[in-house]
Amino acid sequence: MSIAWNAFTPAAALIGGVIIGAAVALFVVLNGRIAGVSGILGGLARPQAGDISWRVAFVAGLIAAPLALLAALPEIRVDTSYPVLVAAGLLVGVGTRYGGGCTSGHGVCGVSRASPRSIAATVAFMAAGFATVYFVRHLIGS
Amino acid sequence: MYTAASFAAGFVFGLGLLVSGMANPAKVLAFLDLAGAWDPSLALVMAGAVAVGGGAFAYMKRRTRTLLGAPVLIPSPRRIDRRLVLGSLVFGVGWGLAGICPGPALVLVGTGSVKGLVFLAAMIAGNGVFEFFEKRAASGRARMQPS
Repeated sequence: MSIAWNAFTPAAALIGGVIIGAAVALFVVLNGRIAGVSGILGGLARPQAGDISWRVAFVAGLIAAPLALLAALPEIRVDTSYPVLVAAGLLVGVGTRYGGGCTSGHGVCGVSRASPRSIAATVAFMAAGFATVYFVRHLIGS
Repeated sequence: MYTAASFAAGFVFGLGLLVSGMANPAKVLAFLDLAGAWDPSLALVMAGAVAVGGGAFAYMKRRTRTLLGAPVLIPSPRRIDRRLVLGSLVFGVGWGLAGICPGPALVLVGTGSVKGLVFLAAMIAGNGVFEFFEKRAASGRARMQPS
């Protein structure tokens, strides 16, 4: 293993993490809910009266966030090809629903409250993520 | 108020994803590439988020109502089953292919990224696949019930 020190951004990562934690805190202290993006979005697939507007609002907030940083938007690079993006999106869409959460609901919220279920889910998706990148970049890749 | 608070939480969450680098798929893939030139930054995102989130959840543990008077709806199931693990593994494969998870997918759409939009559409289609099989399983269970 070699660490890419030139790409390492500890301050931004830590500050960004604290901001994510603040959002999670805000959501549980005011709305009493887990800030799990896959579950919030997935709930809209089976809309129920009185359960729609807060979901739409949370999703709208996420989409609106880049507008606040428009003048100083950090680097965003998507190198993945369209066919792979579609496959990845499908897998993420199916997997997060069966697994009952994603990086936010299990990885941040669940680990924050030491939920054994979420810790197991986080270990599983991290392991699969590491293995997939290894496979794509070092086994079949150039 | 409830809906406005929800918007604010989503907005702040999105800012955090942008500032931290989580909304940059290339950086996420560099974090997942242990055998390459590994960028450990995103481990610190988790550390920062869990430190703050942990405090909030510990505070809410003793309450049944939120500061807005809404009920506290925190899931309590503890069972680790095949569904949880297999679902998370499938999610991890998708995450490793593109470096995008559901939160950053929405933020990417907000930046006007076409690739983000394609990923989000595929992800919603994946939700549809899940809903289809769930409905079929539910009607299968209903037929098994003695009348």
